[in-house]
Amino acid sequence: MGKRRYLAYAIRRLAQFALVVFIGVNLAYVITHATPIDPVEQSISAVTYYGNTAPAAIEQMRSSLRELYGLSGSPVEQYLVFWKRILRADFGPSLSAFPTPVSTLVTRALPWTVGLLTVSTIVAWGLGTLLGGLAGYDRTNRGLKLMGVVAMGLHPIPYYILALLLLIVFGFLWPVLPISGGSAMNLPQTLSVDFVLSVLLHAILPALSLILIGVGSWFLGMRALVSNVVTEDYVVYAELAGVQPWRILSSYVMRNALVPQVTGLAISLGGIFNGAVITEKVFGYPGLGSLLVDAVYAGDYGLVLGVTTVSILGVSVAVLAIDLLYPLLDPRVKVR
Amino acid sequence: MTAILRDLLRHNAEFRIGAVLVGAVLLLSVLASFSPYPPQDVYVVPPDLPPSPSHWFGTTSRGQDVFWQLSFALRNTLLFGCTVALISRLLALAIGLLSGYSGGWIDRALMSVNDTFIVIPLLPLLVLFYFVMRDRMSWLMLALIMACLGWAYDARLIRSVAMSLKSREFTETSLFSGMTTREILVQEHLPYVLPIVFSTTMNNMVWSIGLEVTLAVLGFTDINTPTIGGMIYWANQHTAMVAGVWWWIAFPTIAVIMIFIGLFLLAVSMNDYIDPRSRLRSVGRAS
Repeated sequence: MGKRRYLAYAIRRLAQFALVVFIGVNLAYVITHATPIDPVEQSISAVTYYGNTAPAAIEQMRSSLRELYGLSGSPVEQYLVFWKRILRADFGPSLSAFPTPVSTLVTRALPWTVGLLTVSTIVAWGLGTLLGGLAGYDRTNRGLKLMGVVAMGLHPIPYYILALLLLIVFGFLWPVLPISGGSAMNLPQTLSVDFVLSVLLHAILPALSLILIGVGSWFLGMRALVSNVVTEDYVVYAELAGVQPWRILSSYVMRNALVPQVTGLAISLGGIFNGAVITEKVFGYPGLGSLLVDAVYAGDYGLVLGVTTVSILGVSVAVLAIDLLYPLLDPRVKVR
Repeated sequence: MTAILRDLLRHNAEFRIGAVLVGAVLLLSVLASFSPYPPQDVYVVPPDLPPSPSHWFGTTSRGQDVFWQLSFALRNTLLFGCTVALISRLLALAIGLLSGYSGGWIDRALMSVNDTFIVIPLLPLLVLFYFVMRDRMSWLMLALIMACLGWAYDARLIRSVAMSLKSREFTETSLFSGMTTREILVQEHLPYVLPIVFSTTMNNMVWSIGLEVTLAVLGFTDINTPTIGGMIYWANQHTAMVAGVWWWIAFPTIAVIMIFIGLFLLAVSMNDYIDPRSRLRSVGRAS
C-alpha cells in the first residue's frame, strides 16, 4: 500500500476515533442531564448519611458537584464547563474516598483491568482461532469435533454462572487458588518477585473464566470461516497439485480466514470494559469494574462518570491502535 | 413458511434441539398466567423448602414458590428480550437499508455513527443510566435504552446485503418504473434481508438477556419486577448458596442456559439455512 493512501486511511481513522469519543462523552452528558432527580443533593445525602462531614467540606463538595454536573450557568456554559473538565481529566474529588481525586483512583485501577483483560482476550483469541482453524480444515479429527460440541455448549453460558462455578470448584471443593483480590494483602506493591508471582497467581481464576468463555466463540467463528475457504477453487487446486497439507493450511487457508477474526479481535478488545465489570465483581479484582460497581453502590457520581469516560477513551484507543497497525502487517487488507 | 419450518425440523438436528429448548422455556413462561398468587408477594408459602411434589422447584427464603417465580421471571425476561430485539431490528433495518441503498455521504455519515455505537462500551453507560435514574428505572425504559444501543452491528450486516441488491437489475427496473426510495426499500429489498433479520433477532435476544442478567445480578435494574437476573440477585442477597438453598440459584441458571443455548442453536441453524452451500451439505448428509 502506498504511503499516501495509508496516511489518508490513518487520518480517517483518527477522525473516527475523535467521533467515538465525542459521541460517547455526549451520551454521558445527556444521560446525566436526563435525570428527574437532583443528582447533587442525592449524592451529598448518600455521603453524609454514614457519618459527620465538616460543613465546609460539604459546601466544597456541593459546588464541585454542581460544576461537574454542569448545573451552574447557562446551558451553553454548562456544556462547555463539562467538556473542559473532561479534557483536563478532572472529575473532582471522589465522594466515597474523599478527598482523593477521582483521577487518582482511576489510574490506580486501570493497570489491573487492562492487564487482566488484554492478556486473557488475546490468549482466548489465539487459542480459539488456531483450534478453530484446524477444526475447519480437518473435519474428521475426533478431538476437534468434540471441542466443537463443547464450544457450542459453553459459548452461550452467562459469564456470571461460569465464574461462580469456578469459584466453587477452586475456592471450596479444591482450594488451591486464591479466589479474591489482585495480590496478597501483606505484600507491598513494588516490582518484587513475590509481588509479581502473587499477582499472577491471583489472576489465574478470573483469566481462566474469561478464556473459557472466549475460546468457544472464536473457535466457532474461525471454524465456520475456514470451512468456507476450504471449498474455494484455489485450495482444491493446491491440494491436487500436491502442496503439503500444513502449507495449505497455514498460508492458503488460515491467512485468508484471518481478516474477519482480527476485526473481531478489535471489537472484542473494545468490549473489554463490559467483561471487566462482572469478572472483577465476582473475583474481587481491584480494577475499573470493581471501582465502577462500588461507586454506584456508594452514590459517587464523579467516580462513575470518571470510569465511564475512561472506558470510552480506552476502548477507542484500543480499536484505533488495531485499525492502524493491521494494514501494515497484512497488505491484503483493503483500505477503504 | 411452514415448508421452511418442516425442512428445518426434518434435516437440521441443531434446529430441533433449539426448538425443543426454546419451546420448553416458552411453555413455562406461559404458565405464569395460571399462578395461584401474584409474583411480587412474599411469604405466601413456607420458606426454604427443597423441591418436592407440592413445590416442584422448592421455595425461596422469601417464601415464594420457585416454580411460579421462575415462570414469571421467564415471561418478563423473554418479553424484555423480544422488546429490545423488535425495536433494535426496526432501527437496524431502516439504517442498514437506507445506508446501503443511498451510498455517498448519507452512507458515510450513518456508518460513522454506526461504527461508534459498535465500539462504545455499553455496560458503563447502562450503569451510568441506572445511577442517575435509580428507582425510576422500569424494565421498559431499560429495554428502550438497550434497543437504542444494540442495532449497530446488525445494521452493518444488512447494509452489506443492501449494497449488493442495489447493483442488481431489478432495482434499476423499479427505479425506472417510478418507485420512490421508500417503496424500493420496503417492497423490493426488504424481503431479501428478512432471513438475516430473523437470525440476528436470536443473537440480539441472547445479547440483551445476557446484559440484563448481568445488570440485575449486580442489582442495577428494577429488581422488584421478577426476571431471571433479579431472581439470582435476591438469591445472592440471601446467600442462598452458602445457606444450602441451591435450588433457588440452580433453576433460574438452568432456565437461562436453556434460553441461551436454544436461541443460539436456532440462530446457527437459520444461518446454515440461509447459506445454500451448507444447506446442501446438511440435506445431503441426512439423506
